Amino acid sequence: MKDFADKLNQLKRSGISLKILLAACLTIAAANTAAALNVDVTHFKLDNGMQVVVIPDHRAPVVTNMVWYRVGAADEPVGKAGIAHFLEHLLFKGTDKLAPGEFSKIVRRNGGQDNAFTTHDFTAYYQRIAKDRLDLVMGLEADRMVNLRLTDNDITPEKAVVQEERRSRTDNDPSSLLSEQMSAALYIAHPYRKPVIGWMSDVKNLTREDAIAFYRKYYTPQNAILVVAGDVTVDEVRKLVGKHFAPLKNTADPGPRMRTPEPEPLAARRIKMIDDRAANPFVQRSYLTHNYGSAIAGRGHALEILSTILGSGPTSRLYRKLVVEQRQASFAGAWYDGDSLDNGTIGVYAAPSAGGSVAKVEAALDGVLAELVKGGITQEELDLAKSALIASTVYALDSQFQLAYLFGSALTTGKTVDDVLNWSKTIENITVDDVNAAAREAFAIKRSVTGVLLQKAETAGTAQN
Amino acid sequence: MNSNTVNAAIGFLSGLCLMVLIVINPAPAKALEVRKVTSPGGISAWLSEDHTIPLFAVRFSFKGGSAADPADKAGLAYFLSGMLDEGAGDMTSADFQKQVKQLNMRLSFSAEREAFSGSLQTLTVNRDAAFDMLRLALTSPRFDDAPLNRVRGQIALSLREDAKDPETIVGSRWMGLMFGDHPYARPIKGSADGLKAITGADMKDLVKRLFARDNLLISVVGDIDEATLKRLLDETFGTLPQKSNMPIIPVPSIKTDPQIAVIERDLPQSAIRFGHIGIKRDDPDFMNAYVMNHILGGGGFGSRLTDEVREKRGLSYSVYSTFYPLDQGGVFFGGAATVNERVSETIDVIREALNKMALDGPTAQELAEAKTYLTGSYALRFDNSRKIAGQLLGIQRQNLGIDYVVKRNDLVNAVTLEDVRNVAKRIISGDSLVITIVGKPKGVKSDGTSG
Repeated sequence: MKDFADKLNQLKRSGISLKILLAACLTIAAANTAAALNVDVTHFKLDNGMQVVVIPDHRAPVVTNMVWYRVGAADEPVGKAGIAHFLEHLLFKGTDKLAPGEFSKIVRRNGGQDNAFTTHDFTAYYQRIAKDRLDLVMGLEADRMVNLRLTDNDITPEKAVVQEERRSRTDNDPSSLLSEQMSAALYIAHPYRKPVIGWMSDVKNLTREDAIAFYRKYYTPQNAILVVAGDVTVDEVRKLVGKHFAPLKNTADPGPRMRTPEPEPLAARRIKMIDDRAANPFVQRSYLTHNYGSAIAGRGHALEILSTILGSGPTSRLYRKLVVEQRQASFAGAWYDGDSLDNGTIGVYAAPSAGGSVAKVEAALDGVLAELVKGGITQEELDLAKSALIASTVYALDSQFQLAYLFGSALTTGKTVDDVLNWSKTIENITVDDVNAAAREAFAIKRSVTGVLLQKAETAGTAQN
Repeated sequence: MNSNTVNAAIGFLSGLCLMVLIVINPAPAKALEVRKVTSPGGISAWLSEDHTIPLFAVRFSFKGGSAADPADKAGLAYFLSGMLDEGAGDMTSADFQKQVKQLNMRLSFSAEREAFSGSLQTLTVNRDAAFDMLRLALTSPRFDDAPLNRVRGQIALSLREDAKDPETIVGSRWMGLMFGDHPYARPIKGSADGLKAITGADMKDLVKRLFARDNLLISVVGDIDEATLKRLLDETFGTLPQKSNMPIIPVPSIKTDPQIAVIERDLPQSAIRFGHIGIKRDDPDFMNAYVMNHILGGGGFGSRLTDEVREKRGLSYSVYSTFYPLDQGGVFFGGAATVNERVSETIDVIREALNKMALDGPTAQELAEAKTYLTGSYALRFDNSRKIAGQLLGIQRQNLGIDYVVKRNDLVNAVTLEDVRNVAKRIISGDSLVITIVGKPKGVKSDGTSG
């Protein structure tokens, strides 16, 4: 019975993929799986500054080839919301050597699958393909890193596609709209307030020149990371990288990533959205907090454990209290997103049982938070959460795509290969006091935005079904 | 892509596969050894051992899903799938879920139209204890009142969600038009009325009829050896009754006359579902049809529908077509979503693409490229334990034989241009489409009575 909970989890600030929504699930997976893995990873840097990560996995004769760029929606100029994601679509158009659309056709003709995804912090492109085609796809990626060619004929239909994508994902779905409104309220200054796909009012005015300017500024070897996972050796990758990426000259210097920092939050915010298309009322709340790069050592890890204890699955505190014991809610849970470059968020959500009110369920939710902040967690809860998080790192080893994603997302959001490798060691060392301190600081109402979705106005004393 | 129809279709797609031209064949079979293992007690499973990582995946299914729900208890199998981790044997719901958590195992069940399936993943260190939880769930689920009502409330919420979700509505209305009052027309989750009517006794009864050895298929992949698996097969499944007792699904009478049904909703974008009668999996033309559809609307970029609808005209973010073969009859369908003003144009473009395929079939080059993709990418379905276990279960369910993984690319390569042209002519027709639209489409009206 997880689908609704999953949907709520997806309301998190999430990435947009070209054809499928990857980032929503993967962000969660990534948070839970970076590992002290028993993983054989090698990384090095080319003379032009491009980073390379190799993760051999010889179980199947296939490879995952990914190129990550340290640029996302939070790096966009004012008035150009959505240009990072739009450009991602346009990277599948032509280059000096390839006709528009040829890229994916070549990949498919060779039995490969390709796609891409954009978040606030990174843009990534990948192919999954038989190992003997790695040479081919690396060549294609190197080509489009520096030789993109866009015409107005490419721009017009693709902009319509992105607008349809926005309608499908957001405008047709009130819970997505609420999520978008909440991000805009949570972040007063930082560009995380914008949706990755962009506001429709900006998207419809994006031009070829906007795309080219963004591309010229950010798509260059020193701003890119190659991650190769699968049935390949480090020597083979070195050879191919030497052929395709090492000869590329830097065409730009994106410089340090300077985003307007988010000021300390001073006031709780509330968003109430009434939409006739809403099927079930619910409440969710996000708190602005530390990310994994916090100056307080281990704070991100403590918040990860906190959200696990509070709201991960049917054994969590929120589910036990609100759904099982009090029977106030149909679903309740929590999440932590500490993977972003600049800030972290921790959040909670609950949907009232049939006939129950959002106001009551929110009060019950507040009760659980207050009890946790006051009484703290138990050693048993801590041990269970750690065990689950560490086990998730073993499960991650089973998927070359997930491993490649872990390292690529870490390296584009201010972390290192060692941070990923040592993740579970740090989890292991977190104490009850660490988690309690994190909870006391995180759950201050002034740090939060609360969002309520209703089908029609909820009047005092009247339960809405 | 939330509707059950689409999920089922995607499940079906991933249960099948691909091939290549005369180019090399990165056959997954090279790395993959599969053998049939039978326990002393007579339980069989397909096993692929790999001891690289200390975990393994189990997938299994029982024949009989939501299409076998009693007419007045639609949603029974789906409800059951939500109840099997809610207490079993001496363990209450809370005990059971805590134990699953402590073992760090991943246990899930799902109801499909014609099967009830499950997935178990565990770290090797918890192997026996994890299998024991599966045994308990299958052989002595409790169905206590409190969890029963809790899950009932969760499904009710999800049904309300579905009733507002354009993708779900457009899919379930389309299935309704195609299958009329046949059980295939029912959503897998059932209905609000069915949900209210279902009792714990109904579930106990279904467990007795459904979980039996004669309709059970199992695949196991990863860090487990044959002797251990044999012992665990007997311990886990050995006490299930020998014979299942599920109703036989009647042959449906599938709609053949075209129709457009508009379901008015105040939305900026209309969801569109289109399709017509298709074929069953055991149709001799199935592989031909599968390859043909790949060119028409399968697999995203490069298909004719994606080129015409998305790339050239920017009409939809996603457009696809697929065959959905059920045991007693098959359909062909596809979907798109476009701003209300462009619905009519989108439908015209889709009709034309289908008619063109029916008339001329694909080109030799399209066929060659389809084969290289389908054969070359087959290996991508076999790159982790859970995916491999899913593939092996799908092959068992479709009765394709244990050597299918090895043979499959040859089957694709054997498809000729004449085969795909004939099958397109035989099945595909842009003029015969049954179309459902959810939104406020401009210039498109219902032309039937059931809209």
